[in-house]
Amino acid sequence: MKWLRSILGVTLGTWLLVGLGYPLVMTGISQVLFPYQANGSPVKLGNRIVASLHVGQYYHQPQYFWGRPSATTPPYNPYASTPSNLGPTNKLLLEHVKSRIKTLQRSIPGLRVSQIPISLVESSGSGLDPDISVQSALIQIPRVSRATGLSRGFLTRLIDQHVSGPQFGVIGRSRINVMELNLAVYKALHPHA
Amino acid sequence: MSIQTIITWVVVFAVFALTIKPLGTYIVQVFTFQPTFLDRVLGPLENGIFRLVGVDRDSTMSVKTYIMALLLTNMAWALGAYILLRIQGALPFNPQHFPDVNPLLAFNTAASFTTNTNWQAYAGGSTMSYFSQFAVLSYLQFVTPATGGAAAIAFLRMVSGKKIGNFFVDLTLMVTRLLLPLAIIVTLILVGQGVPETLAPYLHLHSIAGQAQTVPRGPIASFEAIEHLGQNGGGFTNANSANPLENPTAFSNIVEVISMGLLPVAFFYAFGVITGHKKTAWTFVGVAAVFFVGMLALIYFPEAAGNPIINALGLHTHANMVGKELRFGLGGTSIFETSTMSFTTGSVASAHDSYLPLSSLSFFLGMFLNMIFGGKGVGLLNLLMFVIITVFLMGLMVGRTPEFLGKKIETKEVTLASIAFLIHPLLILVGSAIAVSSPAGLQGIFNPGPQGLSEIIYGFSSAAANNGSAFAGLGAALPFYELAIGIVVIIGRYGSIVAMLFVGESLLNKRSVPESSGTMRTDTFLFGGILWGAIMILNALTFFPIMALGPIAEHYLMMAHHLF
Repeated sequence: MKWLRSILGVTLGTWLLVGLGYPLVMTGISQVLFPYQANGSPVKLGNRIVASLHVGQYYHQPQYFWGRPSATTPPYNPYASTPSNLGPTNKLLLEHVKSRIKTLQRSIPGLRVSQIPISLVESSGSGLDPDISVQSALIQIPRVSRATGLSRGFLTRLIDQHVSGPQFGVIGRSRINVMELNLAVYKALHPHA
Repeated sequence: MSIQTIITWVVVFAVFALTIKPLGTYIVQVFTFQPTFLDRVLGPLENGIFRLVGVDRDSTMSVKTYIMALLLTNMAWALGAYILLRIQGALPFNPQHFPDVNPLLAFNTAASFTTNTNWQAYAGGSTMSYFSQFAVLSYLQFVTPATGGAAAIAFLRMVSGKKIGNFFVDLTLMVTRLLLPLAIIVTLILVGQGVPETLAPYLHLHSIAGQAQTVPRGPIASFEAIEHLGQNGGGFTNANSANPLENPTAFSNIVEVISMGLLPVAFFYAFGVITGHKKTAWTFVGVAAVFFVGMLALIYFPEAAGNPIINALGLHTHANMVGKELRFGLGGTSIFETSTMSFTTGSVASAHDSYLPLSSLSFFLGMFLNMIFGGKGVGLLNLLMFVIITVFLMGLMVGRTPEFLGKKIETKEVTLASIAFLIHPLLILVGSAIAVSSPAGLQGIFNPGPQGLSEIIYGFSSAAANNGSAFAGLGAALPFYELAIGIVVIIGRYGSIVAMLFVGESLLNKRSVPESSGTMRTDTFLFGGILWGAIMILNALTFFPIMALGPIAEHYLMMAHHLF
């Protein structure tokens, strides 16, 4: 009986403190201090929520910049985040990479394999990677330009504006948030949206 | 190697170097009941819990009672977690209306979270209600590392000649004095970086390209904080810390890395403070640090060089990016994976199954050794187990009575330490052997070739080391693995803890031998080198054959551009 009391006592005591109190209080504090981030960093176009800032989206139309390959079903499904888990000698890995290279080359005439960054043809860890490298964006300019009628010079400037350097200038790497870049393209095409 | 990679690594090492002494000293102050700055705030709270339990702060138990209390309490949690998961559908905070968890998965999850393994045979974002996430899983991520920490504290008290203490008191103080204050700080940093912390339902949205997305939200930041501070590793969503919702920036990545290492590293120093053998403690830190840096290099350089099969295509860049996220950089990704395998956290910021074979070897090293700082306190116990075996081997070689901390190491201690050592390979090798010789086990393989064997070995190593990460191609949701892994995590967790507590008791009851010129010193560079060598040799003898069939075979086949 003494055992039962001790075990129930320590469990109940710590549970009230860190099982209930901690998450609920932290939620309360976060909602006050960081209401935007705490609610999933929603990105709005007018009144409509069109994205969650850090979560990648699926763009496969010619008028948008494409993100990295995603292994989720369907692609970029945040509800079922997953990597491909393909091992280094799995022949599916090589097949996937080759077919992605082909797709890119078909959509961007004149694109050489040696211009394509490996990250644009290998799938990410979450299937939700929001970013691509600067080179990955630059090589897509011809396609986006042709599909939208926006000039190559304008798109190059747009990319420049959307490069985020390493965080605090020193950690991580330079990259471009694909959704933000595409939102800028969308706004250029729909000035009154 | 980019300047960003170097800075990322330097920041992480610098934080560990700066915190090891103050945090290690603080741990000893808390558990020897000296006054600390948090007394005024937390004292009354703790007294409330002690009244519920019916103990005094300075009460003590016998070793057997301490072990009983630890095991019974853990059993109660596992049972409670099992029941709550089974009736999840009827409980509050379930805006997505997830149904009850099925029996086998509930068993696997309860066992895995109670043992600090946090192996996940389910996808969090589409299985668990908010209540299950925070009131069951996040709760266990507090109390199970606290259990491991308490066992280590009990051991340290005994080897420094003190009474063992009271399990319920130690458990409570682990939660209130170490984990909770740090978790509050880490949660707020993570929310600031963009990790959600809300009770609102998942976000439904339509992108400008017309894609419908359901973005999971919930109390993710508070979950992430304790997931890493307690070396737990159970993710809120399936992709774990690769998911931008759990790890949105390069900085959040560094914060999670540091969170994993703070306490395990500090425990090494706490050992020195409480026993009065600080130089020995630094020797141990050195041995573990050499392993850590070695692992980091063994992960970074193969990945930077990339997969020769893919690189033959002649793309613009060469690093292996399969299963990796762009924002952390290769430097940030590799120190995250080194940390999660050293500190036995088991969270991942990339897909381990897609790493190159030499990097995989590094993952295996972390799980086999299980003492490269290891889980908070538990890693220290594993190291001390190797120390006892090493001291014994040295004694045999030079013909002297082995001693450690002024106590003779005799048959009983060596036997117990050997048992603690052997449980680990036994679980891994026998478990893998059963899996590869049964259709039910083979069914779980995802990648063909040697990588498939590695997936199985990884699964059992992760379970036995209470790590929890996976070569996630493996079909962990198959009944065979739910059951087998569930059993292995339990034996792996409690077998060595119990054996080491008996070692502690046996040392406590021995007379101290005064130091003389004949004493073998354990605080020298020489001893550090021998300890490092002994750990390597013992593990190589145990695991080399199976590694030759897995990652090493895979490496040579990959170099020959062989596909499966």
